[in-house]
Amino acid sequence: MTLDPQTLLAILGMALVTYATRLGGWLMVRRYTPTGRAAAALEAVPGAILTAVIAPMVLATGPAETAAAVLTVLAFLKVPRLAAVIFGVLCVVALRALLG
Amino acid sequence: MQPEAVTESALAELRAGVVDVFPAAVAVVPFGLLLGALAAQQGLSPLEVLVMSATVFAGSSQFVAVKLWSDPAPWLLVTVSALMVNCRHVLMGASLAPKIRHIHGFRSLVTLFLMADEVWALAEQRAVRRRLTFAYYLGLGGFLYLNWVAWNGVGAVVGALLEDPAAYGFDFAFTAIFLTLLVDLGRGPRSAVAIAASAGVATATYLLVDGPWYIAAGGLAGALAGALVGPARRPLDEPAP
Repeated sequence: MTLDPQTLLAILGMALVTYATRLGGWLMVRRYTPTGRAAAALEAVPGAILTAVIAPMVLATGPAETAAAVLTVLAFLKVPRLAAVIFGVLCVVALRALLG
Repeated sequence: MQPEAVTESALAELRAGVVDVFPAAVAVVPFGLLLGALAAQQGLSPLEVLVMSATVFAGSSQFVAVKLWSDPAPWLLVTVSALMVNCRHVLMGASLAPKIRHIHGFRSLVTLFLMADEVWALAEQRAVRRRLTFAYYLGLGGFLYLNWVAWNGVGAVVGALLEDPAAYGFDFAFTAIFLTLLVDLGRGPRSAVAIAASAGVATATYLLVDGPWYIAAGGLAGALAGALVGPARRPLDEPAP
């Protein structure tokens, strides 16, 4: 079990900037209540970030991933979340094997 | 009897958080193992892997850092890349702020420290339906945190057991979880416009620009689209009926 000083410095640097990004947005808006278009913009953020994180996998990886994404959403309209997620993962494994 | 009732409801909230985050915690296991193993291969000791996971707690930036690792540790490079990968947190924190306004002091600092993607997404989803309590949030974030740190440690010790999570479709598990969260969050034409804007801009940025910029680009495009479509019908800090 070793802890190299320069490695520790690198880790603490990562930890500090990461925590700063987590505090940053909250510090910016916690003292005022956004209204009007600012509120509309913030309200759109959750869906937009979720979308951005998965967009490359869904739209720019391959037909297997795109098809599995569609099937996951369709399944979730009928079954609980966990079942839909398991179904989606099984779909992507099968479709990758089929489509290469 | 009042304090007991409060404690009981807090416990129930904590449990609800753990139950809701459980699928994401399971999905994260192979990645936790893989990250620990990769870090060990790059010369990080198990203790160093644990310290990184426990203080940073941000999977994608940890993967990037481990990939860039060399000896001596390139501290400036990994710090700057962590900043780039994690700048999406600024938008996420701004969006979460009105929903955690009733959480004060040290608890709010803990809340934000635990704001990983999955934790934030589930918290946002909870806030659509009811008041987001600290106990529920701690159930989400605390469980995912312990789970992540523990599996990283196991991975660092046992080495490369799992070389390719994609072979088992684990890489798609996050996409599937996020898709179902999107279905819950994204009802209505206002959300649809923001989601379409984000999907288009994020995909284009991903294809054209190296690095993790596509997440911030998509987030900003969605926020801009939301502002253009127009103000919400209800103030942001009022819970939905």
